Amino acid sequence: MLHLVLFSVFGLICVAGAVNLLAQRHPINSALSLVVVMGALSAEYLLLGAEFVAAVQVIVYAGAIMVLFVFVIMLLNAGVEERTGGSRVALLFGVPGMLIGSLLVAWVLLHRSGTEAVSIGALPGPPRIIGWLLFHDFLLPFEVTSILVLIAIMGAVVLAAKPPSAAPPKREG
Amino acid sequence: MSIGTYILVSVIKIVIALFVLLTAVAYSVWLERKVVGHIQNRWGPTRVGPFGLLQPMADGVKFLFKEDLTPPHVYKPLYIAAPMIAVIFALTSIAVIPIGNVVTIAGLEIPLQITDVNIGLLIVLGITSLGVYGVALAGWSSNSKYSLLGGLRASAQMVSYEIALGLSLIGVLIMSGSFSLRAIVESQGGHFWGFIPRWNIFTGQIVGFFIYLIAAYAETNRIPFDLPEAETELVAGYHTEYSAMKFAMFFMAEYANMITVACLATLLFFGGWHGPIFGPAILQALLPVFWFVAKVFVFLFIYIWVRGTLPRFRYDQLMAFGWKFLLPLAIANLVVTALVVAIRA
Amino acid sequence: MVPLAYYLLLGAILFACGVTGFLIKRNIITIFMSIELMLNGVNLTFVAFAAHWHALSGQVFVFFVMVVAAAEAAVGLAIIIAVYRTRETLNVDQVNLLKL
Repeated sequence: MLHLVLFSVFGLICVAGAVNLLAQRHPINSALSLVVVMGALSAEYLLLGAEFVAAVQVIVYAGAIMVLFVFVIMLLNAGVEERTGGSRVALLFGVPGMLIGSLLVAWVLLHRSGTEAVSIGALPGPPRIIGWLLFHDFLLPFEVTSILVLIAIMGAVVLAAKPPSAAPPKREG
Repeated sequence: MSIGTYILVSVIKIVIALFVLLTAVAYSVWLERKVVGHIQNRWGPTRVGPFGLLQPMADGVKFLFKEDLTPPHVYKPLYIAAPMIAVIFALTSIAVIPIGNVVTIAGLEIPLQITDVNIGLLIVLGITSLGVYGVALAGWSSNSKYSLLGGLRASAQMVSYEIALGLSLIGVLIMSGSFSLRAIVESQGGHFWGFIPRWNIFTGQIVGFFIYLIAAYAETNRIPFDLPEAETELVAGYHTEYSAMKFAMFFMAEYANMITVACLATLLFFGGWHGPIFGPAILQALLPVFWFVAKVFVFLFIYIWVRGTLPRFRYDQLMAFGWKFLLPLAIANLVVTALVVAIRA
Repeated sequence: MVPLAYYLLLGAILFACGVTGFLIKRNIITIFMSIELMLNGVNLTFVAFAAHWHALSGQVFVFFVMVVAAAEAAVGLAIIIAVYRTRETLNVDQVNLLKL
């Protein structure tokens, strides 16, 4: 019972944040609603017992990636979005289309799934076991993602650096 | 204990902890003004009450009665929300900080901690990461160039030093084997050779401690890393356009962050509440709290001492220091600690 | 006891909101945020199934998804900054010519 109540509360916050992201016209409001979604998702992970994932979600996603988004919005001084012809068409077809699609998925999930249920805090294990898995069964993906992050760092630094000025230095005299 | 009792005890603990924390914030302002004053060969506050002890009350009354003006060109929702965000996240991290052993009051076993999560250290790191939002949003929503620059610089600095902070804490984590703050403190009990306590700073985390301290000074935007809010540089940085109570909230957030950092340093490196314990049962329950508070006080004093003594870094020097020196040093500390622990096991 | 389908439904709703945002928004940064929302929906599905089958590898996959999302966000935002420098606009409808 408590599990259902908590799940519904945080689920509603998630969905409200997601819908707010779509409804807001200024990107900073969308970014902050996304932070709220991530916080509520972290609470959902806690309900499932994945405490380490919940903490990492807050530290990495809400505390680093979204800060990066907020920085870029502040730096580029992004303003309110204007409506163009293309966006009106997309609104007209996209929103009802997605509503129909998600209703279909919801119907399938709720009617065909049987009686599987998840109890509160279902996942076993302290973070030690996750570390074990990361370094034994998933060692190759772990090393590959570290190379991926290195490539991403180099790429981001190169892409965002100011281009060198094209004018040759003036000569005196 | 039943869930009703648990909730009641938790609410009482929260009320007491918040009250103590807010009083500590107010009096750490007093302590800073006195200590910095004496370092600079002047008295500090002396008029209001004996030794100026009522100065925080006077400051509070002043902030309450000051005119709370909102400049016309600010982005209102975020302008009002940013100080609230800063204060909320500064005060939340007290929830996982243990100040003493488990005491038995009226037959109930109550740990002196609002909640003992087994990922306590990660929660503190997460809350510190979220605290960047208060600064960044304050700087942006004020719609003025000093604020924006100050806000961007401050948040970039906080994000950069968070990495070194986290890595220095992993050394402690490897040595204690658990994320739970209570378990980390309990693994520091006992003595070597009878009198040297088995604190983490003596069992090899000295480099980690210094990295933590430097990174924490940068995280809380204190001298020598306080360029984003220094008066001579950027007027007042991200809180230029704030007045009265909202400014007081940023102030409170900064000092509450300082206190959290000092608490974490004692818990992780200096044995938390371990110290000589003697006497009857009531003393045995209170002495750990006393040792904890004493160690936190020593750290606050060091914070203020550094503030009164060192000059500040220029911004590019600050960022270069964080990325090019502190981060490799923290990684080296982590590797050496891991090697030693693995070889010993 | 919450049925597994509810968690999957929540993940699906988040994913659907992400796709809708990707389709209807014109600001490149908001489109990017919708991609992050989609990734979060998928993460929730991973963790829900991991809890259902008591297999911790679902959680480990979530870490990989997060790392990839972080790398993608970094590079993507750098690209956005580079595009903004040349095109002076963040509206994707106006970045429709190969040459300025």
